[in-house]
Amino acid sequence: MSIDTGTAAKVAKLARIKVEDDQLPALAEEFNRILGFIEQLGEVDVEGVEPMTSVAPQRLKRREDVVTDGGYQDKVLSNAPDAREGFFAVPKVVE
Amino acid sequence: MTELNKLTLAEARDALRKGDVTSVELTQACLTAIDGADALNAFVHKTPELALERAKAADERIKAGDAPAMCGLPIGMKDLYCTKGVASQAASGILVGFVPEYESTVSQKLQDAGAVMLGKLNMDEFAMGSSNETSVYGDSVNPWKIDDRKLTPGGSSGGSAAAVAADLCLAATGTDTGGSIRQPAAFTGTVGIKPTYGRCSRWGIIAYASSLDQAGPMTKTVRDAAIMLEAMAGHDMKDSTSADLPVPNFEAMLTGDIRGKVIGIPKEYRPEGMSEEIAKLWDEGAAMLKAAGAEIREISLPHTKYALPTYYVIAPAEASSNLARYDGVRYGHRAKLGSGDGINEMYEKTRAEGFGPEVKRRIMVGTYVLSAGFYDAYYNKARKVRTLIKRDFENAFAAGVDAILAPATPTSAFGLGEMKSADPVEMYLNDVFTVTLNLAGLPGIAVPTGLDSKGLPLGLQLIGRPFEEGDLLNTAYALEQAAGFVSKPAKWW
Repeated sequence: MSIDTGTAAKVAKLARIKVEDDQLPALAEEFNRILGFIEQLGEVDVEGVEPMTSVAPQRLKRREDVVTDGGYQDKVLSNAPDAREGFFAVPKVVE
Repeated sequence: MTELNKLTLAEARDALRKGDVTSVELTQACLTAIDGADALNAFVHKTPELALERAKAADERIKAGDAPAMCGLPIGMKDLYCTKGVASQAASGILVGFVPEYESTVSQKLQDAGAVMLGKLNMDEFAMGSSNETSVYGDSVNPWKIDDRKLTPGGSSGGSAAAVAADLCLAATGTDTGGSIRQPAAFTGTVGIKPTYGRCSRWGIIAYASSLDQAGPMTKTVRDAAIMLEAMAGHDMKDSTSADLPVPNFEAMLTGDIRGKVIGIPKEYRPEGMSEEIAKLWDEGAAMLKAAGAEIREISLPHTKYALPTYYVIAPAEASSNLARYDGVRYGHRAKLGSGDGINEMYEKTRAEGFGPEVKRRIMVGTYVLSAGFYDAYYNKARKVRTLIKRDFENAFAAGVDAILAPATPTSAFGLGEMKSADPVEMYLNDVFTVTLNLAGLPGIAVPTGLDSKGLPLGLQLIGRPFEEGDLLNTAYALEQAAGFVSKPAKWW
């Protein structure tokens, strides 16, 4: 598996991280080295093996689906880079 | 009495209860040591006023006869823990200015037990690193020094390890996703335990890889690790993966009697080219446990060599999902936008500016292995191999093994900057002995057992059965007693 600059650009886009065009070849090369290291998993026979979903043998705890906490609008917004009138503010999304 | 900041948790606790010392005095001694240790760059957010306030309250509690285990004991807190009203930024530029409105469960439990937080400790950004060199605060420095070079304290809990080794605090919290408690402990001659997955609540600890992350104590002795782990552990409704099991009195289990215990020596942990010093240290550790009455048995964990590549699929995959929340909307950094920039440009520029190179690398690798067409080939494959890695351990325990002895690290501490030009994969190899048990969810402890020929500390690792940290700590205690490691770094900072 070899990753080209086009794939690297696509991954950066999916991850929502801006990567300048001149950085893409180096990024692709890094991906190739890391994925080359991961490739050795191909040697392992996993026929009939279940993929792990939980490392602990226990069932996750359930609780009643009810409101247990809340009412902290000010606290929730206190770290926002831009909060207005009780909302998080972002650049215009719809034209 | 020795300088107060040099006490162990157990010594300080006993002195507090006898009235020989106050928490304010202990705290003051640590604050003075911290202010004199800026060269180590271990404490990155100091909270002296808060510490003294809590120390005074602890002294009142002790006077009133209400002194839980950690009451009045000054500790450091890894920057990954959210602490109410105190900056918590996971050593990342993307969380600059973030001041949580809430306290993580584990730090709250420590606070409830009376522990005094001295400040926040340096670490690798989002706990991704093995040398504390990916931190936005700059490198933390190992107090151990043998020549002109500055050495790494390891990572990701590098600041915690440096602070404990340099006696800036009596103990510190760490977190361990692939070795981030045990490797820095080994590099600094300190003790660090990663408990069983689920033993400590992850709530309020900034997430890296949720199926692997665990909190744990970093201390000067095994006894201290037992005392502090008990205060940190326990079920929490806010973390559905935390185990609803009673937390035993770990300290009471430290008898040092390991007669009849079976200690497994995994042959796969002796790769070709292993340093002779590490091999010798390991053999000596086995001999010590044998002399203490344990049976030493060679075992096989056949999928060991696949642990690192499995980890470097699963951890980045989970990280890419966990770190999607840093989008410049709810907290932390937001990039300055150009005219015409929309919400996507905001996300992309914010994340490009806020994350460091290693974090970006892991997010993107994770994004790739989870993307359409590769999910089965990489992510599902890794999850299946993870099942096999866990099964290796289950088979060993089912055959009667009580604990497994292995090296903690492939080398002693290396110089800061020495791995900068290296391939990222080369840095990942630091985790080769530690990462397996995160994948299997098992508890593991690093215990310092000797110095290498250069005079730097080396540690061994013991791996235990799930939720049997008490037994594991007792075996570690026996190893600690036999090794008699007492060396401390000479003060140069």
